[in-house]
Amino acid sequence: MDVFLDFLIAKFNYWIYVILMMIGLFAMIAKNNLIKKLVGMCIFQTAIILFYVSIGVKEDARIPILTGHEVPHGGHYHTEDHERPYIDAKTVTNPIPHVLMLTAIVVGVSTLGMALAIAQKVHLHYDSLEEDEILAKLQLGNND
Amino acid sequence: MTEQFPILIIIAPLFGAILIALLGFRHQSLCLPTVLGSLAISCAAAVGTFLKVLEQGTVLYNLSGWERVTTPRGLFSVSIEYRVDAISGLVLVAIAAVGLLNAIYSKVHVVTETPNKVPHYYILYLLLVAGLAGMTITNDAFNLYVLIEISSLSSYALIAIGSRRAVLASFNYVIMGTIGASFYLLGVGYLYIKTGTLNMTDIHAALATLPKDSPSVQVALILILIGLWIKMAFFPLHGWLPNAYAYSPTATSTLMGPLVTQVMIYIMIRMMLSLFGAEYVFDHLQWTNIVVGLSVIAIVAGSLFALSRSDLRKMLTYLIVAEVGYMVGGAWLANSMGMTGAIYHILSDAMMTFTLFMVIGIIITRTGKTELTAFQGLFRKMPITMTGFTIAALSMIGLPPTCGFFSKYYLVRGGIEAGQWAYVGALLFSSLINAVIFFRLIEMAYFHGGKAYGEEITDKDHEHHHSRGRELDAQPDETLEQVPWSMLAPMLMAAASLLAIGIFNRPIAGWINAALETLNLAQGG
Amino acid sequence: MKPMKLAALLTVIVTGGLLLFATSDLPDWGDPLSPANASDLSTYYIQDSRDVTEVPNLVTAVLADYRGYDTMFETVVIFVAGLGILSILGQGKCEEPLAQPVASEQNRERDMITIITCRLVVPIIQIFALYVIAHGHYSPGGGFQGGVMLGSSFILIALTSGLPDALKRMSQERAIFLAGLGVLIYAGTGLVCMALGRNFLDYEILHKLMGGTGVKARYDSMLIVEIGVAFTVMAIMFIIYAVLSSKGRMRGGL
Repeated sequence: MDVFLDFLIAKFNYWIYVILMMIGLFAMIAKNNLIKKLVGMCIFQTAIILFYVSIGVKEDARIPILTGHEVPHGGHYHTEDHERPYIDAKTVTNPIPHVLMLTAIVVGVSTLGMALAIAQKVHLHYDSLEEDEILAKLQLGNND
Repeated sequence: MTEQFPILIIIAPLFGAILIALLGFRHQSLCLPTVLGSLAISCAAAVGTFLKVLEQGTVLYNLSGWERVTTPRGLFSVSIEYRVDAISGLVLVAIAAVGLLNAIYSKVHVVTETPNKVPHYYILYLLLVAGLAGMTITNDAFNLYVLIEISSLSSYALIAIGSRRAVLASFNYVIMGTIGASFYLLGVGYLYIKTGTLNMTDIHAALATLPKDSPSVQVALILILIGLWIKMAFFPLHGWLPNAYAYSPTATSTLMGPLVTQVMIYIMIRMMLSLFGAEYVFDHLQWTNIVVGLSVIAIVAGSLFALSRSDLRKMLTYLIVAEVGYMVGGAWLANSMGMTGAIYHILSDAMMTFTLFMVIGIIITRTGKTELTAFQGLFRKMPITMTGFTIAALSMIGLPPTCGFFSKYYLVRGGIEAGQWAYVGALLFSSLINAVIFFRLIEMAYFHGGKAYGEEITDKDHEHHHSRGRELDAQPDETLEQVPWSMLAPMLMAAASLLAIGIFNRPIAGWINAALETLNLAQGG
Repeated sequence: MKPMKLAALLTVIVTGGLLLFATSDLPDWGDPLSPANASDLSTYYIQDSRDVTEVPNLVTAVLADYRGYDTMFETVVIFVAGLGILSILGQGKCEEPLAQPVASEQNRERDMITIITCRLVVPIIQIFALYVIAHGHYSPGGGFQGGVMLGSSFILIALTSGLPDALKRMSQERAIFLAGLGVLIYAGTGLVCMALGRNFLDYEILHKLMGGTGVKARYDSMLIVEIGVAFTVMAIMFIIYAVLSSKGRMRGGL
């Protein structure tokens, strides 16, 4: 049991993201209301963002903005005109996941905006946002 | 100058789109020339890049100008780079050419089907082409995600701009497409967590140092595959495709039908060969039987659905679903013959689907019918269109000298080599179904001149005709062939390319094979 | 409906199980020595990027320079979204805001206090947005964040004084123009680099135009592209609000 608990606690970020993501995925597939599907989509995408950001975390590390007071790490780094201490990479959070997620957030917002516009257009055309009602109306339209 | 060709393929349509956004709303007459000009530049750059690849092998292009950084463990890339080999070169040429030809073909449709929104339409159109080309050319796993989203977002809008029914189809596509792209992103995240890099070449090198049975790498492969399968409409995940293509505006379906699925298949092959590596995917994992089995189901199901549809565009969309099965199966045969066939089929399928969509677009606008019966007696009324149709039909069935024959030949040989008899059987079965579908149409077009055939469907035709809101009404028999040359010429060029790809199958297969050898597939499997 | 729910549940369980199965192999939370955190790439960005770009905010340096091409397409994504929404819901042609408000618009009572407060707040928001854009090199911020704030200031006007009022300040046509301009600033910077003989988006060569060293050119160009991003984001955020809140009619609004 202890081994399992250790495992759970050491990797809790993955558990959280998986649970959130599955809630989102379930809503996207199973929900009948188009807006609820989009809410699911939001949760789904946010879970992935959470996952990425949690990759870059280093315990006790600073944010990835250098202040000039970083912990030096051995020798010196020589550039042409000045000399700076090597920064210990352990003390600064990994910037890459943040960069990637900035992009992914923007993509998520764009997708959501587009999806809302489409949902609104669906509502204009079919006067409903419930998938089964819309499909029923389509059936009706085909038969007459 | 020639070293800038790879980027020109992408930024020419991008700058075209910007130009339209800045000026096209005030001066709508600028839109079409901008589109054609930028796509022509893109096309020329794609051909130039391809020729350069043939001359000197794989071309790398470094964006932002950062050289690879040296460490004790070797070189690694710190920025985004492009990588063009013979395979992606061919795909790029196909994308740019289809984009250009379709822009010429659809110039009437865009104005009639999306009045008031011509600039919007063309901006999205150019960005869709740029996104597809960017996906093919990039060597960065995350950049690929961004470009997938560019092409997806523009295609959602390009579909939803169409009829009432298209809006709902587009909504389903948004949901499915987002799941697919997010799965891909998640897969890349798993790879990043294990390797610490995003450059495909570097990921490949880093994966080689990891233990082979790492579960997270396997899950990453599964996630990426499922994500791409959704995007390419591989059979059980194909739900979004038929409605989206069948109800979207003509110009959208003629662009997306040939390109989106095929580019996704290329991406899958790219992932398998240059990201994970042939030895890992084929030799280590042993999933070949499962995936080829899935592709057999896809081929059979797609063909049967296509046979049962009476709407022309619906039928075509299900044929695409079957063709996706061909290519996925061929790529997973785990031998270079099957892979060559799959890649060759990407090209030939792109051009076949393109030709068929154009022919059917012409027929629908001219006859006002969307049912199979629209073909009645068309040989006499529209001889030029029907010539193109016949070539494409022969290619779909797989008769020489069209390219369809050679791609099936490679695929079947690959299947036999791999001992995948079910796959070979499915290919033959699908060819048979295609023969039934297309010979029925050709027969209808050739022999049934009058109204004696299929009168019971006429009522439905009319209803469809009106509900589709086509601008051009049915013409009297004699004037049917008055299709503008802007539509006929691209269609004929695409049809001619079917013959050309078929006749030059040996050099094309040779280029593909040479590129595959550098990816270690020749001995793999 | 039931079978759909069951199928969804099954999919979710299988997918979730698969993802959790993979975690056994992944590094622990916060592990500074995980392959991703200790990779050459990450270490390179942390140790070396400030020396060659002069930007202490590593995220900005990587976002706008090393992965600047990604960010350009990120701007294009926003641009696509805005145009896509306009093309789906919009009326098509760019119309000027109506001279005469719609009936529902006239009848609505506008609260004096909110309008006055908003008039006071909007400039502050906008100035702060400019600060966020300009200060992206040193603190969390940059084109996207600042652009969103600028866009929100227009949305605030639309919420309090009504959409027509906001459209008078930022008409649909102007918004599309600004969005296109933003992408043009970004991609144009790349194109200038190409014209000067380097690869696309290789800012270093821009020192020929801007003076100073290559490092300084990178530093300055990042600000230029951030400004481009801000233009696009501002315009498109407002368009998204305007179109969605008025069901594409671009009048009335919430």
